[in-house]
Amino acid sequence: MRDFWRSFSQNRGAVLGLLLMVGLIILAVTADIAAPFSPIEQYRDAFLAPPVWMEGGSFRYVLGTDDVGRDILSRLIFGARLSLMIGFMVVALALSVGTTLGLAAAFAGGIVDIVIMRLMDVILVFPSLLLAIVIVAILGPGLFNAMLAVSVVILPSYTRLVRASALSELARDYVKATRSAGAGTLRLMFAVVLPNCLAPLIVQASLGFSNAILDAAALGFLGLGAQPPTPEWGTMLAGALQYYQRAWWVLAFPGLSILITVLAFNLFGDGLRDALDPKLKR
Amino acid sequence: MSVVMQATDITRHYKVGGGLFSRAGVVKAVDGVSFTLEAGHTLAVVGESGCGKSTLARVATMLEKPSSGVLRIDDQELRPDTEGVLGRQVQMVFQNPYGSLNPRKTVGAILMEPLSINRRGDMKAREEAARAMMAKVGLRQDQFGRYPHMFSGGQRQRIAIARALMLGPAVVVADEPVSALDVSIQAQVLNLLMDLQDEFRLAYLFISHDLGVVRHIARDVMVMYLGRPVEFASKDELFARPRHPYTQMLLAATPSVDPAHRKVSVAIRGELPSPLNPPPGCAFASRCPLADGLCREVRPELVGGVACHHV
Repeated sequence: MRDFWRSFSQNRGAVLGLLLMVGLIILAVTADIAAPFSPIEQYRDAFLAPPVWMEGGSFRYVLGTDDVGRDILSRLIFGARLSLMIGFMVVALALSVGTTLGLAAAFAGGIVDIVIMRLMDVILVFPSLLLAIVIVAILGPGLFNAMLAVSVVILPSYTRLVRASALSELARDYVKATRSAGAGTLRLMFAVVLPNCLAPLIVQASLGFSNAILDAAALGFLGLGAQPPTPEWGTMLAGALQYYQRAWWVLAFPGLSILITVLAFNLFGDGLRDALDPKLKR
Repeated sequence: MSVVMQATDITRHYKVGGGLFSRAGVVKAVDGVSFTLEAGHTLAVVGESGCGKSTLARVATMLEKPSSGVLRIDDQELRPDTEGVLGRQVQMVFQNPYGSLNPRKTVGAILMEPLSINRRGDMKAREEAARAMMAKVGLRQDQFGRYPHMFSGGQRQRIAIARALMLGPAVVVADEPVSALDVSIQAQVLNLLMDLQDEFRLAYLFISHDLGVVRHIARDVMVMYLGRPVEFASKDELFARPRHPYTQMLLAATPSVDPAHRKVSVAIRGELPSPLNPPPGCAFASRCPLADGLCREVRPELVGGVACHHV
């Protein structure tokens, strides 16, 4: 563990990512206290108020207000809560289903393996956003359905990863030893093989987090994800599109939030991979 | 003399290839092997790479089902799905001590795992059993909580042996247990195996290609060639009077430190025939100095401990 931290902390980008991540998580958890206003309360006296450092801006609305007078800062803070939840839910869903499918494919082999892996190939064939749109179109727009769609889209990468590492672990002698001690298949799967496949999975999950946030935001932007007035970053972007010449802040801050969050998770994931993979160590 | 394991005419065949346009071939990795193991004694299986030794080991531990033939423990047939005490009577020690221990578990957890899988005893009893076994194989008590990567190869092999004994098996199949260790450690591990054999009256099926090791530990020796036994004899008999020409060549190929003991080396020429397409007669005919027409056409049966037309 100490070893791991040393090689992780050598990577400055990764530490920056981790700090941003922790900051975001704290903001999201304490949104009720941290945000100055309710995210859906409309202040009729301040439509499209500019941020504080611009002419006409005030400290009341630090990052300005949007077209119906909602405080953008508050919406962003509550949006962070939503985005992190989306990322977490999507990754958790894809991770659990993908792990189960991958392990099943690796252990069963034969026809089960072929069916599962070809199914994953079929999912991979479609451009991810397009497939997500199709799924949401079938299920109907909404935050939950968007998360479901994104999970399906990123499922193959987890399944393939788990299957590949499970296959290489299965060939090792300690698995045979446990088997000849009488261990059942479920025990072999989850108690013996899975813990030894975790390192690449953790990396994939932390990188997948940012992907999930990005995809969910894209669905929100297209009007297929979270519905207004939910303060979801992608949805905020979509609502602000028509004001971009008059009030750039309505558009810029949600976009920046997405950028920073995705960047933080990617940096963190990259650092994690470098630290966990001995082959990449200097 | 108490027979604990009896294998009758074990075969293990693999289908290979067989794509859309090619017919599947059959590799007869093990083809008609019979042996018995007695409590407290060691049967060594020797032969060069690819002769089916390791396949035999996997079949004997029921990690793989034999294609045909019967394996009996105490007169009860053993199958891969045999449950309970009978199913755990055969345990295995692997060749590579770096791959045979779960890297994410401590030594204690590795040793207790077989017990918890089989729901034997409670946590306290398991830990006691594990610590007692550690003492028996020469590991210190403070190593209970350490991970495998903190140990040397010889110590790892001790852990692997301890794990194999945790369930109190009657038979231990050892697949080249010392060939990954350096020579000084080999002797320690071999002596440990022999001490444990005496203490628990274990029967060993000892797979090896190292005749020096075999000479040290075995009572009986089976020589295999291309999936079939070619000679079966007691150790003393085999080393003093090897009968099959292949055995003679194997013995001659063993290096000796003492110049007086160096025999005229009879080099084994040629390659092992492909197990996909074995010759019709004696499998060794292509490399045998004694081979004649009969050898190339009729396969010799194992009679009186040796399978050769010229003995």
